[in-house]
Amino acid sequence: MALIPLIAAAAIVFGLVLKGIDRIVAARMQARIGPPVTQPFTDIKKLLMKENIVPRNSVPLIFNLMPVIALASALLVILYLPIAGFPPLLEGSGDLVLVLYILIFPSLAMVIGGFASGSPYATVGAQREMVTMMSYEFPLAITAVTTAWLVSSAGHAASFSLYTIATANVWALVGPIGLVGLLLLFIALLFVMPGELAKIPFDSAEAETEIAGGLLVEYSGTNLALFYLTDAVKTVAMASIITAIFLPFSIGPLFGFAGNESIAAEIVFYILKVIAVVFVGTTFARVAIARFRITQIVKVYLGHTTAIALLGLALVTADVLLGGV
Amino acid sequence: MRLSRDKNSFKISVGPVHPALKEPIQLNCLIAGEKIKSVDFELSQAHRGIEWIATRRNPIQILYLAERICGICNICHTISFCTAVEKIAGIEVPARAQYVRTMGAELERIHSHLLWAGVAAHELGFDSAMHYTWKAREKVLDVIELLSGNRITKGIPTIGGVRRDFEEKNHAKIIEAVEYYRSVFGKLKAIFLDDPVIKSRTKDIGVLTKKDALTLCAVGPTARASGIARDVRQDEPYAAYPDFGLKAITPDQLTGEIKGDVFDRIVVRLLEVAQSADILEFCVKNMPGGKIVYEEKPIKLLAQLKGVHGEATGRLEAPRGEVFHYVKLVGEESPYSWKVKPPTYSNLLPWIPMLEGEQVADIPIIAASIDPCMSCCNRAVVAENNENVLNHDMLHRLSVEKTENIRGQLA
Repeated sequence: MALIPLIAAAAIVFGLVLKGIDRIVAARMQARIGPPVTQPFTDIKKLLMKENIVPRNSVPLIFNLMPVIALASALLVILYLPIAGFPPLLEGSGDLVLVLYILIFPSLAMVIGGFASGSPYATVGAQREMVTMMSYEFPLAITAVTTAWLVSSAGHAASFSLYTIATANVWALVGPIGLVGLLLLFIALLFVMPGELAKIPFDSAEAETEIAGGLLVEYSGTNLALFYLTDAVKTVAMASIITAIFLPFSIGPLFGFAGNESIAAEIVFYILKVIAVVFVGTTFARVAIARFRITQIVKVYLGHTTAIALLGLALVTADVLLGGV
Repeated sequence: MRLSRDKNSFKISVGPVHPALKEPIQLNCLIAGEKIKSVDFELSQAHRGIEWIATRRNPIQILYLAERICGICNICHTISFCTAVEKIAGIEVPARAQYVRTMGAELERIHSHLLWAGVAAHELGFDSAMHYTWKAREKVLDVIELLSGNRITKGIPTIGGVRRDFEEKNHAKIIEAVEYYRSVFGKLKAIFLDDPVIKSRTKDIGVLTKKDALTLCAVGPTARASGIARDVRQDEPYAAYPDFGLKAITPDQLTGEIKGDVFDRIVVRLLEVAQSADILEFCVKNMPGGKIVYEEKPIKLLAQLKGVHGEATGRLEAPRGEVFHYVKLVGEESPYSWKVKPPTYSNLLPWIPMLEGEQVADIPIIAASIDPCMSCCNRAVVAENNENVLNHDMLHRLSVEKTENIRGQLA
């Protein structure tokens, strides 16, 4: 349990570095120079020095409580995730379903905080965030349940544990049809990622040019810094879930590493995998696509993404039932 | 129009300070869920009293004031003011100066339209397109800097001609820029007209019907996108435009149909960039020789202007639409009156039919689609509860009184 603060700190630092990399890569893709990688740290430092303004017509208790809950729940998710192939710290006391539930918490906290801030912009933002959440949860749940069922049908006990899924390596459990199905599920999950993290093109809840930051419009100073950190940690969490389910490969055996060498190699490999997932899932998407309207978001998630996920589910099911043809 | 309020809807104000707006204006929207039920706007958030200042300056000094009415389309205001004064004083502008003015105006149109395209992309949350367009815009700014010494404000036109010549040695650079814009046109078209997300965010959004555009007196690209082939350069050609023989751009020239939506406004502006490149090339190839200004010595010119009486208007096609200047000189050092009507002033009312019934998410792009320039159209400040404010009834009464008065004089 002494590891908890250590892991939390590491997740925050890693999340901020990821944000820095994301910003600089996006800038280069847009023919800009971009900020230094350390910019998110500077931002946090500045926000922590700023005055924490609580609007007069807000509900101060809820308004101030929500950023803390958001960050705490985001960090809690990290403790349930198998990082770099190691069993999670809280292994055995919760599984994938719990992770998906806790993952809703930060977004929910932002929605409640938005409603509590008493601004019409935040109200519009909160409504949009709820609609977005309801839209992406379905494809997310399909993906999670399908992989868990696949692992269980391969004879593993505790198939809903992320660690079991990661060690079982879903790609090894299916034949050619299943591979296509898993690939579709992987794509669906990558679609969900920018929505979960409220990034362009799915950032209508925070749309800067439309509703001036939406949910976060009234937040400032420390409270905003906490939400900023939540976002960083959520990025790590979401990328780690995708890595654990769909990129569970390890590098140690390949080069014949052992002992401490192997641990170091796994961690470096994990960091690279997360950076790659973040690049595809958020950086590339937000550079290449314009912002969707909320109606379009619902259509993309409940229409296209769900269709992709359901097709993936069908293919994986067919593969398992036909015995890996 | 006043906003009504009921239980199912609430008011959301966009502005006076809002990330979607580059200049201050307040849009009061009554929304139900994501739908806009009604819109009203409050103007005059950045009144600078430019016209008042002008009545205390001489015409040469006013040139610099006129140039600062708008940060983007500055040369149009100067040429417009010059035209009005030249009409009063009966000054003829040399042919070469007419060409220099035309080139200045077209360089400005390219830079203004590309700036707008970048802003529009940003409003849609598509920053990559914004950075690409603004990178393309740098080329024309470089040319403007080479020709006039500044990137934005040019200080080129003066009464009776231009202050600085666009010399032949710089023409190669202009042609280079023309070629550059022809080469990037395809890419800009691909970004703005073929991208599926931009299409889905702009097609059938913010529709302004031809009828509404006519009744609400829309001007410039906003009117042309609704199918009104109206362009001052075509209808009342000035400067070098009679030689070029310009045809107003309407979206059907590219897409084959006119809808009057945001997408059509993008089409019109993109086509106008290409058209401006053509005009620039034409001007460079056909530039006549001769002097560039009617009177080189400002003191002599001012002395002449001090002796003239009369009133005149100057109008021309700015990037955003028709600019209209009215000047009255009464034989004094300063003009008796100077009235400026910038294009945005005419394009504000069309906002209401464009915005009503659309989604909140579309407010920024629809508001931006007329290319608003708020500070240009701030001609007056209205203080609340001011008894000196003339309302409709009072204006009507005054108007009737004056008609009666004139009738009395005639009888």
